[in-house]
Order: sequence, then structure tokens, then C-alpha cells
Amino acid sequence: MSNSPLTPGIVPARLPVASYARNFADHTPPLDRHEARVAADRCYFCHDAPCITACPTSIDIPLFIRQIATGTAEAAATTIWSQNILGGMCARVCPTETLCEEACVRETAEGKPVEIGQLQRFATDTAMARGLHPFERAAPTCKRVAVVGAGPAGLSCAHRLALHGHDVVVFERRPKAGGLNEYGIASYKATGGFAQREVDWLLQIGGIEIRTGVELGRDVSLDQLKAEYDAVFLGVGLAGVNALRAEGEDKAGVRDAVDFIAELRQSEDLSNLPVGRDVVVIGGGMTAVDAAVQSKLLGAETVTIVYRRGQEKMSASGYEQDHAVQTGVRIIHNAAPVRVLGNGHAEGVEFAYTEDGPGGLNLSAETFTLKADQVFKAIGQTLSGTPAGLAVEGGKLAGHSGKVWVGGDCAAGGEDLTVTAVAEGRDAAEAIHAALTGA
Amino acid sequence: MANLSADFIGIKSPNPFWLASAPPTDKQYNVERAFEAGWGGVVWKTLGSEGPPVVNVNGPRYGAIWGADRRLLGLNNIELITDRPLEVNLQEIKEVKRKWRDRALVISLMVPCDEDSWKDILSRIEDTEADGVELNFGCPHGMAERGMGSAVGQVPEYIEMVTRWVKKHSRMPCIVKLTPNITDVRKPAEAAKRGGADAVSLINTINSITSVNLDDFSPEPMIDGKGTHGGYCGPAVKPIAMNMVAEIARSADTRGLPISGIGGVTTWRDAAEFMALGAGNVQVCTAAMTYGFKIVQEMISGLSQYLDDKQIGLSDLVGRAVPNVTDWQYLNLNYVAKAHINQDDCIKCGRCYAACEDTSHQAIAMSPERVFTVMDDECVACNLCVNVCPVDNCITMVPMAKGAVDPRTGRRVGDYANWTTHPNNPSARAAE
Repeated sequence: MSNSPLTPGIVPARLPVASYARNFADHTPPLDRHEARVAADRCYFCHDAPCITACPTSIDIPLFIRQIATGTAEAAATTIWSQNILGGMCARVCPTETLCEEACVRETAEGKPVEIGQLQRFATDTAMARGLHPFERAAPTCKRVAVVGAGPAGLSCAHRLALHGHDVVVFERRPKAGGLNEYGIASYKATGGFAQREVDWLLQIGGIEIRTGVELGRDVSLDQLKAEYDAVFLGVGLAGVNALRAEGEDKAGVRDAVDFIAELRQSEDLSNLPVGRDVVVIGGGMTAVDAAVQSKLLGAETVTIVYRRGQEKMSASGYEQDHAVQTGVRIIHNAAPVRVLGNGHAEGVEFAYTEDGPGGLNLSAETFTLKADQVFKAIGQTLSGTPAGLAVEGGKLAGHSGKVWVGGDCAAGGEDLTVTAVAEGRDAAEAIHAALTGA
Repeated sequence: MANLSADFIGIKSPNPFWLASAPPTDKQYNVERAFEAGWGGVVWKTLGSEGPPVVNVNGPRYGAIWGADRRLLGLNNIELITDRPLEVNLQEIKEVKRKWRDRALVISLMVPCDEDSWKDILSRIEDTEADGVELNFGCPHGMAERGMGSAVGQVPEYIEMVTRWVKKHSRMPCIVKLTPNITDVRKPAEAAKRGGADAVSLINTINSITSVNLDDFSPEPMIDGKGTHGGYCGPAVKPIAMNMVAEIARSADTRGLPISGIGGVTTWRDAAEFMALGAGNVQVCTAAMTYGFKIVQEMISGLSQYLDDKQIGLSDLVGRAVPNVTDWQYLNLNYVAKAHINQDDCIKCGRCYAACEDTSHQAIAMSPERVFTVMDDECVACNLCVNVCPVDNCITMVPMAKGAVDPRTGRRVGDYANWTTHPNNPSARAAE
């Protein structure tokens, strides 16, 4: 291949083959045993610790760190998994700087929190490497629960239900389980096929059957599930994507960022994955950053994120924004797309500056144009294919009704984070368990 | 910069920081490196009698305990006295002393408990021009099993006897090094004084097992599956050592007996504390073994700065805290303090709350916003919150003014009164 970052159009192999492995290596290399001990020693073992409160799954963080400090990382992993069965993935993808680590008293004291995420990864990696799965199923209850969606919420729910002795069937529309862990996050955050390893590890509990390629509303109906199972949990995520509502959105080269990320994650050989020379990503969340950074890592010459509001409104964390900038991504704030330019294929995007007024966002008369042969839309996902009869609130499923429980990104309330989905799946499982057993 | 030169029982050194008799002072190479780094003096590692030297184990000689970040807090050892031939040591001592005239060089000695052995060794060291001798009556392992070291140091009569022999057969200043493995350190100190010692040095190491191997079930350091008690030293022993120094400094029978302070001295501050409690100089080992000889530079600069700030000389520091070391019964029971938490410094870890609530007097309130405040009507000023707080000086003990009402007891803060006159004391004497 003779492509380079300067090759026009959307083409593969812009970089020497060796660059891909380096660019997509573990973004935050794991702590080794010594580093973990040093990091663990910094924890003050706070009373009623703020980090626990800040964790959506309420992991007993001071306890697991103390367990690491005393040389029992396996016990630490048990502490983590008791609250968050996907603790391994959460250790990798949680925006810890806005959760536990923001609350850490050493952030207050020194501006340097205890490295909670990294320590959590150390503990869970250590225990997984030893093949430990420290949970045992309760005696079978002969109750059957259908879980729709094998993402973080569904998997968390399924594991907790199986733990309580229920039989669980998980329906997943995609070919693999894992949800956004497998299809939706940047590749350098969960290297080495970690998402699948974690699913396999989680299934060791037993009592969980995963049926992939089955989509709710297409292959199976909610009524069928309600009839066949004692309870149903919906963790279907947000499968729809918001439209740009800009002229020329249908031109070739304009694409949903989530699809690009999913394709990248499933790619066997990243040098075969085409990417534009000039990439524009529209949006301000984690998806926008993941798409932008990975475009850059694939060899795009210029990558620009354009967000319609100010920097403070971006839902991507400060850490993620910094990471994007360090990778060479430019971030433009307060500008919205007006039209995609080009003859059949995108060649550029015209933006108007925005002004945040009392009546909402207004486009100013001043515009500018960015060169773009590839445009990614990352302006939010929406619920799609909602089964009839379910209450919707603010564009999301409203909550438990009858035999149906909901959780994860598709459910109202809570942030759209992996860790929140895990918490909601777990809590729904406890509620289902209580309902089924009369406990 | 303050003048740190010290005169300890007539032995002069450019500063009061000596290296204690131990592995760092076993040979010319180390001692010269120490002097180059700035140490004021050394006590050469203990020499034994002429003849085949002692042998050491060929496995681990040291065990340790650590604090956060694996900071070494305590070290123990099962090493014996020098295992090099006497002649080699004597030759090196002579050479070093000749090259380093301004530094103190004291020789540590340990020979069998008979007069001839002591007379002989003293005559052997005579022409090294060393500045003095230190009698090793402290070593708690190995040599003690052979009737030397702490086996002598634990019997005041032996201390007196040997000290007397040494003074009889040598003109050198004599320092008697004391073992802490006794019940009352004043007794051996008194014995040394009676025997004519010019000074005592303390403490030697403490009998200890630092760790147990939980796979092989043996004390550590472990030699082929077995372990023995070793001598404990380092920062962890400093409080024990300082109490013993203070006991000798304030006892009527030993008051005025020069003391060389030893035990966990790591920084200038540790040294200043020992000296305030009556030590005329200090000896250091573990800190050097942990960080190397260079640490003396911080000790020198720190002590100088302190003396300059206080506008006092080194000799003014020695013993300055001794008058304030008293018995519990003389403490002012009418002194009332209350803990105060500086909210600006508080990082809201809640350790003070957990400590007070779970293990003390339930005197700290915690608000839903994690604001921690002291309840003066419950606080007994125990200081535990101060000690567990990770932020230096965030929690302080604020004394109440005389005449103020203590909200805990409802009583006014009164004049000095101690237990000897307290109404609850069955043997109270009437206040004069």
C-alpha cells in the first residue's frame, strides 16, 4: 500500500503496518505489583468514604484498596465484583476523574487522587488471571427470566439473577454479547479482547444462556417473553442515532460515529480500515472523542471535533478532551453544522457560530468551512423500536411495570455510563428476585 | 550558620553526629566515605579478642518492618561483632585516625568477662590513637549466648566490674553502651557511673522478631528454615530510646552523667530531641544503612538552622527539656484543652470521626456535607484525632484560658493542681 495521511478520500492503510499496534495499544498500561502497592499506600481509608458515595455501584473502595495493600488482590476483586460484576471493564472505561477520583480526599488535599480505577483494574486483572470467579449459584428456583440486551445492564442483571438461582436467557441482537463494551468504546481502552474475556468469565456463574442474533420486535415480541418467562428485563440500550438536520447529510462520507466505532472494534486488521484524510466529528460526548481519536490513530491528517455549545457543556470528560487534544485532534466549540458540501461525496462542512441565548441556541450569521472527506455524527443516541405498551419518559423507558423491568442507557434516570448500567441491572435483578421469591 | 562542633567527654568532633558501632563502621573504606560525607565521628564496629574472628551467618542478617510506601520503620539484625582479624582492624583504625585528625574515632570493644581479656585488648588498641572506647554491653543476640554483650549489660554488678577494669588499664575516655533489654535502665547506668565510666551511650538494639514467614513458619530473617531474635533499631525504637535517655538524665543518681543518644535518629529533628533530653551527642546507624552517608548533610543543615532560629548554641540545647520531664502525678490536672479542626485545612477524610466515634469519646460531629466539628462538651482532648489526621496541623489542641468554664464538666479552669493533692487520691497530701 502506498497510502499516507495525505492521500485524499476515505482509504485504508495510511500508516506503516507497525504503527497500528502501537497506536491502539493499551491506552493506560496496567499497574504492576509494585506500582499497585505504592498507589494503594496512598489511600487514607476514609470513614464513610466519599469515593464510595461517588461510585454508581457503591464499591467499597477503601476496603478493596486496603486488601491490595496487604497483598490480597484476589480478596479485593471479590469486594469489587460483589457490587459491580463488570468491575474489570469499569476500571478501564469509567470516567473516574468525575466519579470516585473526583471525590477522593487526596484530590482535595493534593490535586492527585488515589488511582482508584487503576487499582480496581489491578485487583480484577489479578483475580481473573488466576481464573477466580468467587461466586456460587444458589439452589435453583425454577424461575425463568428473560434479559433483552447483552450489554452491561443485561449482563449485570443476568449474573445477579443467576447468582440467586434463577435461570436466565439473554437475547442479543448483535452477533456477540457485551453491548457497548464490545461495540461502542474506543479500542485502546479495552485491549486484548477484554470485553469477550469478561463476558466468558461472567458466564462461569452458570444458569445463563445467551442467544445472539435475536432482536426484540423482529425475532421475538415482548408479549411472547412475558408469556414464556416469569420476568423480563429490558437493557436494550439506545439503538437509534440522532440526525444532523443539516443540508447534505445524506452525502457519501457522512456516517454515524457509533457505526464507525463498532466496525473498528470488530476489525481484524486495522490497516484495512478506511478513514478520511480530513475527518470532522460533530458532537461533544465520549462517542465523539472516541471516533475522533481513533480516526487520528488510523492516520487521518486532520481531525476536528465541532461542538455546538461551550467547552463546559461537553459531556466528554476533561480527561477525554485532553486525551483528544494530545492525540492531535482539534476541538472547536460553539459551532453547528449548516450544510455538508460536496458533489455526491462530502468535501467539507459549513458551520455557523452559535450563541447561547435565553431562548436556546441561535446560529449567528458568521460561518466557516472545514475541509472534510469523512464526517461522523456523534450527537446522541435514541431509543428505537420501543415495544408498544411501555411508558416512555423523556425519550427513555420509564421504569418497572408488571413483569417488565428496565435498566441501562434505555432507562430513564442516571447517566449513560457503563457503571450506571451495571448498577441498574444489578438493582433490577434484586427487585426481580424479591418479586419472584416474595422476599 | 550555627557552630555545631561538639566536645563530648573531651572528644572533639566538628558536629555531634557520630556513626554508631555497626556495619557502616566495620572498615576503613566505609569510615573514610562517612568522613568524606561529613560525619563528625564514628564508633568503630566492635572488636573482639585476639584469635580466630567470630563468624556470621551466610543467609539474611536483617529483618524489617515498613510503613506506607515501604518506608523502612524498623530494622533488626543478627549480625555479630566484627568478623575481620583484630590486626587488620587496628591497622586501619590507626591509619584513619591519622588521616582524619578532626574527627572523633572511638573503638567499640567486647571481650570475655575477665580482667585479663580486657587488659589485653586495651593494650592492643593503645597505639591506634583512637579517642576513646565504648564497651559493648548491649548486643542482644549471639554474643550474649557466650556471656558477652547484653549478658553483661543485664547485670549491673558486671557492668561496674568491667568498667572498673577498663578505667584501671586505660587512660582513654570510656563510654558504656547500655542494653534496653532490662526493666529499669537507671540501674545499669548507675553501675557504669560507679565503675568510673565517663559516659553512657544508649540504646543498643531491642530483642525482636520482625516478621514470620507464613509459608515456612519461621521467624525472619530466616536461615535455612529457622530464625532467632535479633536486635531491633531504626525510627520505630526512637520513643523507647528517648524515654531511657530521659530517665538517666533526670535521675538524681545519674544526673550529669554524659549521654550519647542512640536509637532511630534519622533527621536533625530526632537528634535535637535526643539532645534536648540530655544527650551530648547522637549516634546513627539505621538511617545511614537506609539512605547512605549523605543524610548527615541534612542533619547538619537542619540542626544549624534550628539553632540559628532559636538563637542558642549547641550546648544550650543539651538537656533543655530535662526539667520538663516529670512523673504523671505532677501533671496539671486543671489544664484543659479542646481539639479544634481547621475547616480550611480539612480534607474531609473522616478519620478523626471514625477514631473518636468508635474508640474514644464520641466528641466529633459529622454533618451530611462531611463537615467535622468538635463537640467541646464531650471532648477530653485525648489527641487521638490529631494523631490520626493525615494533614499536619489541621487539628490542634487549644488550651482553655484560666477561669473559662469547661463545657464538658461545667467547672472553671483553675490553677495548677496535680494528683498528689487530688481529692480522689486516697493518699493525697493536703495542699500546702
